[in-house]
Amino acid sequence: MIEVKNLTKSFDGKTILHGVDATFYTGKTNLIIGQSGSGKTVLVKSLVGLLTPDSGEILYDGRDLLTMDSDQIKQLRQEIGMLFQGSALFDSETVLGNVMFPLVMFSDMTKAEMLDRAHFCLERVNLKGADNKYPSEISGGMQKRVAIARAIALNPKYLFCDEPNSGLDPKTSILIDELLSDITHEYGITTIINTHDMNSVLGIGENIIFINKGYREWTGNNEAIFHSANEALNQFVFATELFQRVKEYIMNTAHK
Amino acid sequence: MRSVFGRPNRWKVTMQRTLFEINKLGVDSIPLVIIISLFIGAVIAIQMQLNTESPLMPAYAVGLATRDIVLLEFSNSILCLILAGKVGSNIASEIGTMRVTEQIDALEIMGVNSANFLVLPKVVGFIFFMPVLVAFCIATSLLGGYLVAVFTDIITVSRYVYGIQAMFIEWYVWYGFIKSLFFAFIISTVSSFCGYYVKGGALEVGKASTDAVVSSSILILLLDVILTKLLLQ
Repeated sequence: MIEVKNLTKSFDGKTILHGVDATFYTGKTNLIIGQSGSGKTVLVKSLVGLLTPDSGEILYDGRDLLTMDSDQIKQLRQEIGMLFQGSALFDSETVLGNVMFPLVMFSDMTKAEMLDRAHFCLERVNLKGADNKYPSEISGGMQKRVAIARAIALNPKYLFCDEPNSGLDPKTSILIDELLSDITHEYGITTIINTHDMNSVLGIGENIIFINKGYREWTGNNEAIFHSANEALNQFVFATELFQRVKEYIMNTAHK
Repeated sequence: MRSVFGRPNRWKVTMQRTLFEINKLGVDSIPLVIIISLFIGAVIAIQMQLNTESPLMPAYAVGLATRDIVLLEFSNSILCLILAGKVGSNIASEIGTMRVTEQIDALEIMGVNSANFLVLPKVVGFIFFMPVLVAFCIATSLLGGYLVAVFTDIITVSRYVYGIQAMFIEWYVWYGFIKSLFFAFIISTVSSFCGYYVKGGALEVGKASTDAVVSSSILILLLDVILTKLLLQ
């Protein structure tokens, strides 16, 4: 579990996060949602230590990231997997090389064991036969799956995903969502997904945190979101006619 | 600087990457060095003959002047200015692209010291291989002059060969090697710095690449004056 307490972050005198409190649960898909510029990327980057907050606490199962020394942070980072918006695969490495990279850097496995583990991770994300291809030779959806395989290679306790569906077609987006959800439940990972994809929100949102103008405005799951009275949340989630109809249908069904 | 030259996460990986960089930055530069040196060596020999046509000058002066120009300046300073263009832009654009595509962030999240992982092998690899490039440059430049002697009637082969051996000062060779090591350090570190701190997108990567070449070149020229003063006087 990751707990965030009273997190504040400013850039050049402009406050981006205003004392955000949030809890991200183990074995659940935790979604951070909000409009572009709402501060959700700053929140995720603060959580993984790429940005240093001005004040607050970030507790990884009780361990405060902001009071850790460099060795403790290094240790913690080996418990973290991250899926970047653009996949961030290493161009100079093959698919297999990318998945093996964290194993080579941080595990004490033999080469055969590393190969076994890498193949297992690639099979887990339904990616067989692409071992020797380079990232530029595979599709965006396949790149995301390789990035997921790389992120889970070291059996992380925490998995961060920055807009995992961006640039993907709807069908592939659903596949990626299902994969992330399955992995989360299967391995008991604390998964945090930064997204503004409403299909993901309604599909796999077990714990949703809505950030608006740097404040945490709402928290709940993908069922509670239909009954929320928060105006900003409703305007954001049900912005399109399609999702408004979905809401009306769900509400009508519930009343009947 | 401290994180670049700190202890690597895995020595074995750093060694492998250093060998890779030696091949990419050094070995791959050999054809360029040979082509440029061959032609410039030939041009220097021709120009020396035109400028030393005097009954007061010994006939071997062409070979002697060609050798000294190559040893003192061309094989180190000018060669490194050329390599600043090839190697410097390569390093800056590679690291810059990794920065804007979040590959460096990915390394950091994994707990890898990204500056050390990316920059140290390039610096060590390029410095390690630079003397080899200088040696290639000296040899092919003198060969260029030799070919002028063989295929034209500007100067005879025997006088050219005598000239490149006459009044040889061994220190000039070491002077060139020493300077080139400093220049290799400048090219690899300045270019890495320009790439590592890129912010933005493709446009900024291109700008960082240009900045790397310009900054490296200016620093090489400045250091050339200082090292010449220190090593030759």
